[in-house]
Amino acid sequence: MSLYGGLPLASKRVVWAWGFLAIPIVFYTVVRFYPTANATLISFQEWNLLGSRTWTGLTNYRTLIADPVFWQVLGNTFQYLLIGTPLSLMLSFAIAYQLDKVRFMHGTIRALYFLPFMTSAVAMAWVWRWFYQPVPIGTFNNLLASFGIQQIAFLNSTTNALPAILAPAVWAGLGFQVIIFMAGLRAIPKTYYEAARIDGVSSWTIMTEITLPLLKPTIVFLVVFSSIGFLRIFDQVFNMTTNNPGGPLNSTKPLVLMIYDTAFNSFDMGYAAAQTVVLFVILLVVSLLQLRIMRERS
Amino acid sequence: MSTPRRRRTLHALAPLAAGTALSFGSAGIASAVEIEYWQYFFEARVTAMDTLIENFQEANPDITVKTNQFPYADYRTKVAAAIPAGEGPDVVQLFYGWLNDYERAGLIQPLPTESFDPAMIEAEFFPMVQTMKRDGQYMALPTAVRSLALFYNERLFDAAGIEGPPQTLEELVDIAEQLTERDGAGNLTQVGLTSGMTAQDHHWFREVLLRQFGGQPYSDDGTQVTYDSDAGRAALQWYSDLEQTLGVTESTFMDEPQAAFKAGRAGMHIDGSFRIGALEDTRGLKWGVAELPAGPDGTRSNYSSYWVNAITSKAEGEKYDAAVKFMQYITSDEAMQIWLETVGELPAKQSAALTDENRDDPIYGPFVKGLGYAQSTDFVDESAQRQLMTDMVSRIELEGQSVADSLKVAAEAEQKLLDDAFAR
Repeated sequence: MSLYGGLPLASKRVVWAWGFLAIPIVFYTVVRFYPTANATLISFQEWNLLGSRTWTGLTNYRTLIADPVFWQVLGNTFQYLLIGTPLSLMLSFAIAYQLDKVRFMHGTIRALYFLPFMTSAVAMAWVWRWFYQPVPIGTFNNLLASFGIQQIAFLNSTTNALPAILAPAVWAGLGFQVIIFMAGLRAIPKTYYEAARIDGVSSWTIMTEITLPLLKPTIVFLVVFSSIGFLRIFDQVFNMTTNNPGGPLNSTKPLVLMIYDTAFNSFDMGYAAAQTVVLFVILLVVSLLQLRIMRERS
Repeated sequence: MSTPRRRRTLHALAPLAAGTALSFGSAGIASAVEIEYWQYFFEARVTAMDTLIENFQEANPDITVKTNQFPYADYRTKVAAAIPAGEGPDVVQLFYGWLNDYERAGLIQPLPTESFDPAMIEAEFFPMVQTMKRDGQYMALPTAVRSLALFYNERLFDAAGIEGPPQTLEELVDIAEQLTERDGAGNLTQVGLTSGMTAQDHHWFREVLLRQFGGQPYSDDGTQVTYDSDAGRAALQWYSDLEQTLGVTESTFMDEPQAAFKAGRAGMHIDGSFRIGALEDTRGLKWGVAELPAGPDGTRSNYSSYWVNAITSKAEGEKYDAAVKFMQYITSDEAMQIWLETVGELPAKQSAALTDENRDDPIYGPFVKGLGYAQSTDFVDESAQRQLMTDMVSRIELEGQSVADSLKVAAEAEQKLLDDAFAR
C-alpha cells in the first residue's frame, strides 16, 4: 500500500494501465500462445496422452507427406474453400443488393436470412442429414420419388457428398454476409448514384464502377472471414457423417476432422499436432495473401 | 405415459439417496476410507453401479465409494488425461481394447493373486478374459460381457407366414428376401436384414462370417492379418452380395441399422445385448432374439466385447486395500446378476451366466449361448480398424472395386496398423 501510495501520479497511471492490460495479456498467453507453442513442440514428438513424450524429430511431418489420406483431405479442405467462399459471397451479395431495394417487409425478410446464422450448427446439420436420407425417410428423395424421379445418393456418394454437406454450411453463413453487405451498400454515398443517373450511365457500369469498388473493404473482410471459416469446417461434416466420419472413403473429410480423429480416436497426439501446425500455416498464408492482394487492387 | 417414467426415475434415485445417507453415516468412523470410481454415463449402468455400491458399503461400513460419470463421447479422453496427472479414480472402468496402453504406461496395477487367483479366474470366467493376463497376474476384470444375436421383428415374420428365426446363413438370406419390400420405382421401403460396417457388422464379419467360411481374422498372437484368403474372399463376397446382388439390405437405409429395426422397417437386425434396453420401450414393436445363424458347415461363432474394471496406480495403502475389496465385490456372482437385471449385460462368469434360468430366458438366452463360443478381437485401434472394414465395403459399392482387390487393400492397411502399434 505504502509502496503504491508513494508513487507519483504518472507512475500510478502506468501501474493502472498495466493492471488492466495484464488481463488480456495473461489470457492470451495462457489460452493462446502457450498451447500454440506446446502444440508445435508436440508435433516433433510421439505421445499417446498416457505415456511419456518421446522426441522423434521430423518423423510426424514425414509421415504426413507420405500419407495419401492427408493429401486427399487437404484437397477436400480446399474444395470447401474454393467452392464455398465465392459461392456464398456471390449469393449474399445478390441477396443484399436486391434486399436493399425492397421496402415491403424488409425487416422480416432480413431476419429470415439471418435466422440460420443464429441456429446451432449441430442441430442444422442433423436436420439436413435427415433431408438427404434415401427413401423412405429423406425429404428430398421422397419428393423426387413422388414425381417418379430416380433417387439421388446425396451423402452415400464420393462425388455428391461434399457439395451436399457444403450447402447447409453456405446457407448458415449467408445471413451474416448479407447483413455486412447491406451495411456496406448503405455506406456508399447516394450522391454518386444520383450523379451517375444524371449522366445516363448504364446500371452495369454503376455496378462495376461505383458499387463494387466502393464495397472493396467489405469484400476483403468477408473473403478473409469466410475463407477462414471454410478452411476450418468441422461441425457440419462431423455431424452429417457421424457413422462414417468424413466418409464415404474420406471424400468429405476436412483437415480439422482428420486432426480430431488422429487425436481423439487414435490418440496419436504428435501426428495430430503436426497436422494442426500445417493447418495453422495454411490459415496464416491464405489470410496474408488475401489481405495483400485485395489491398493492392484498391 | 409420464407416470411410469417418473416412477423409474425415482426408482433410479432411491439407491443414490441411500448411498448418500450411508456415506454421511460412515464419515464419523475414524478409519473411514474413501475411494473414487469412474465410469461413463449410461443410465442403466449408473443405476446398477449405485446399487452395487450401496450393497458394498453396507457390508463394508468403513469404506465409502464416490462415483463420477462422464458422457461416453468424452470418457476416454477424460480418463486418459486425468490418470497420468494423478487426478483420476482409484478404480476405473476401461474398454478392454484400451488396456494395452494403460498397462504399458504403468497406470494400472495388477490384481493381487491372493484375492484374484489366476487359476480360479480361468476356471470361472469366460475364456475371452484371458487377454487381461500379464505375467501370471490379471490386470483387470469385467463385471459383464456383451455378445451379438439376431433380433427379429415378430409382426413382420407372422405377416409373411415365417415360422421362426433363421438357423443358418442360407435361411437368413431366404427369409430376408421374403421380408424385403420395394415401392413402384424400386426404392427399398423395408429391408429384410439391416446392414452397416459402421454398426456391428464389422464384428460379425471379422469374428463370425470369416470363421464360418473357414478363415481366421488374425494370427493367434494377434500380430498378423490373415483374412486375405479364399475364406476371406468367400465371406466378403457373401456379405456384399446381400446388398449388391440380392438387394435385401442397404447400408444407408434409414440412416442407422438400429433405427430401421426400431421403426419396424427391418425384418432382422444383428446387434449386441446392450440394445435390449433401447428396444424394450419401443411402442408397437414386437421382437424376438435368436442366436446368430450357423455357417455353411454348421460352425457357430460370436463376438464378445466388454468393459473391465481396474485399479489405477493412484490407489496406495488403505485405499489400495479398499479398492481390492471393491473389485472383489463387483466381480462377484451377486454383482453380475444385479448387472444383468439392471443393464441387460451378461455375467462374465460362466457360473453366473450359464444358469438354466438365463439360458432359457427368451431374450438373454441367445446371447448367453453365444458367449459359449464367442471370440474377442485384440484391437489396437478399434475405430481405425472399423473404418478399414467400412471403406472395404464402400470401395466395392461406390467405386466398383472387386471383392478380392478391396479385401487385399483392407488387409494390407490393417497389417500396417498392427505393425505400427506393435513397433511402439
